Amino acid sequence: MTTTTDIQPIVQGKALNKSFGRVIGLNECDFELYPGEVLAVVGDNGAGKSTLIKCLSGALVPDSGEMFINGEQVSFKTTHDARSKGVETVYQTLAVAPALDISENLYLGREVRKKGILGKLFRSLDKKHMRETSTKSLSELGVLTVQSITQPVETLSGGQRQAVAVSRAGTFGSKVVILDEPTAALGVNESARVLKLIKDLRDRGMSIILISHNMPQVFDVADRIHIQRLGRRAAVVTPEARTMNDVVAIMTGALTIPVEDQQLAPVR
Amino acid sequence: MSQTAPTTAAEEFASRVTPMQRVQHVLHRYPWVSPLVVLAILIIVFAFLGLVMDVGALDNFAKPGTISLMLQQTVIIGTLAIAQTIVILTAGIDLSIGAIMVFSQMVMANLAVYTTASNVLPIAGQNPILAVILGIIVGTLAGGVNGFLIVRFNLPPFIVTLGTLSIFTALTLILFKARTIQGKEYPEFLGIMGKDFQPFGGFSVTVGLIVMIALYIIFAYILRGTAWGTHVYAVGDDPVASELSGINVKRVLFSVYLVAGFIIGIAAWITIGRLGSASPNVAPEINLETITAVVIGGTSLFGGRGRLIGTFIGTLIIIVLDFGLSLAGLDQAYRVLAIGILVIAAVAVDQWIRKVRA
Repeated sequence: MTTTTDIQPIVQGKALNKSFGRVIGLNECDFELYPGEVLAVVGDNGAGKSTLIKCLSGALVPDSGEMFINGEQVSFKTTHDARSKGVETVYQTLAVAPALDISENLYLGREVRKKGILGKLFRSLDKKHMRETSTKSLSELGVLTVQSITQPVETLSGGQRQAVAVSRAGTFGSKVVILDEPTAALGVNESARVLKLIKDLRDRGMSIILISHNMPQVFDVADRIHIQRLGRRAAVVTPEARTMNDVVAIMTGALTIPVEDQQLAPVR
Repeated sequence: MSQTAPTTAAEEFASRVTPMQRVQHVLHRYPWVSPLVVLAILIIVFAFLGLVMDVGALDNFAKPGTISLMLQQTVIIGTLAIAQTIVILTAGIDLSIGAIMVFSQMVMANLAVYTTASNVLPIAGQNPILAVILGIIVGTLAGGVNGFLIVRFNLPPFIVTLGTLSIFTALTLILFKARTIQGKEYPEFLGIMGKDFQPFGGFSVTVGLIVMIALYIIFAYILRGTAWGTHVYAVGDDPVASELSGINVKRVLFSVYLVAGFIIGIAAWITIGRLGSASPNVAPEINLETITAVVIGGTSLFGGRGRLIGTFIGTLIIIVLDFGLSLAGLDQAYRVLAIGILVIAAVAVDQWIRKVRA
């Protein structure tokens, strides 16, 4: 099942190492995300999922190893660096300011000023423009079930907040969105809506890394599944070729799959 | 919820909003409404007691002279409360506001004082414009010291400003020898903020009052209309989320204390004009009064919520209570009592409206 593709990975990590004192987070870990796919990252607690994701999003700096975005070597020192290369992260803690409204949250940290002297001299914000584009991007993603774009985020339900956070990550010309346990705190219906949102983002050409513990959800949305074990990549499989039991077996070390049976690049 | 047509009885039940929840929503959106109601009630009660019931000297309450005096009385607390509001919006607190104001005021007065006056320092006799500018710069830098300590060493604002409260109080006494400089000992420009004129009969306005109102308008615009203002709210609301959104939280916090220092510097100039002298012993309880004005005005001590207009209303409440109760012939202690009740009520209302849910 080995497939060689000419497509370049949009995000690539080579032999990443990261240790915290005597605890090893990443041990010669490889990683590839290809354009336009949903790659699920699964693994037991302590397998190095979070460490890997934090390295890719700039929140941690690996001790050694190389990272590439679209083939260009990068070294992220901060989350700003990652964001400027088009890698957006939606954190489990949601990273929204509850008292600010939806539009203010979408544009938080990248506000748009008015044109002309009002914007240049008086630094006046173009709230109208920000509200209109917020409404547009939320309705494009089909999440505009909220009453008003000027509603404070704290008056939204958990799923709506998650939708705002995901939309923000997908709005600003980003190429890669990292989602950390996006459905962990949500009910069944809301989870389904967020999963649909993830598929919509992928269909619009976005590449998505999804960290999740929820196997049915992973098998629902993922194109490929990266299984992390003991700080390194144990295998990459597709939901079509393997069962949930196989994935759990690989996670726990009960099953090892030879490289030629893995899916290291997507099938086209 | 109004757009979505309820399909089942259960949904209809869930979307029913009680009148109490409606009040909660309004207050959540406009936190300055409750202080406005309190202010309106106070004014109506005092005016009624004076005009109809003829209680004490309250018949003077609704007269232009009293009203303009009350407005003039707001300038010191009112201006300082702008600085306090911006700091509290970031979930901080500034206990050194009064000490910095006095320090910056003594810098201005000791620079501008005539060399012919007795016991002047060697720095005396400067151009009063230069003295005011230097005084405002000193205030700004003092605010910067607070900001630097808070941001650089991650110290809680309460502790830092408690420390600088003592430090600047002591510096004032050490450097300026606790000497009060009288109005006749410095050029008129230093006291210009107290200059008054009468736009219409019986109603007088001071320069300081106009400057304070201008500051309210400018900073209300900055807080609601610029990215910096949004970042101030965001940092107070959730610093972690702000940082993850790409806001430089430390830089915003530092700039907030710097801006607060600048406003305190202007307040120092206004205070000289209002009191007609520069004394190291003015307004010892001014810190608590600014916090009171901010809290009564509906700004949350937990940060991220509140409006400058609320602070202005809060300041008016303090002054109106002050005048009303003393005109009614009541002891000063009743004002203190009323303020205490209002502060606790305001924080309780804030806790309640922060629980709002969709």
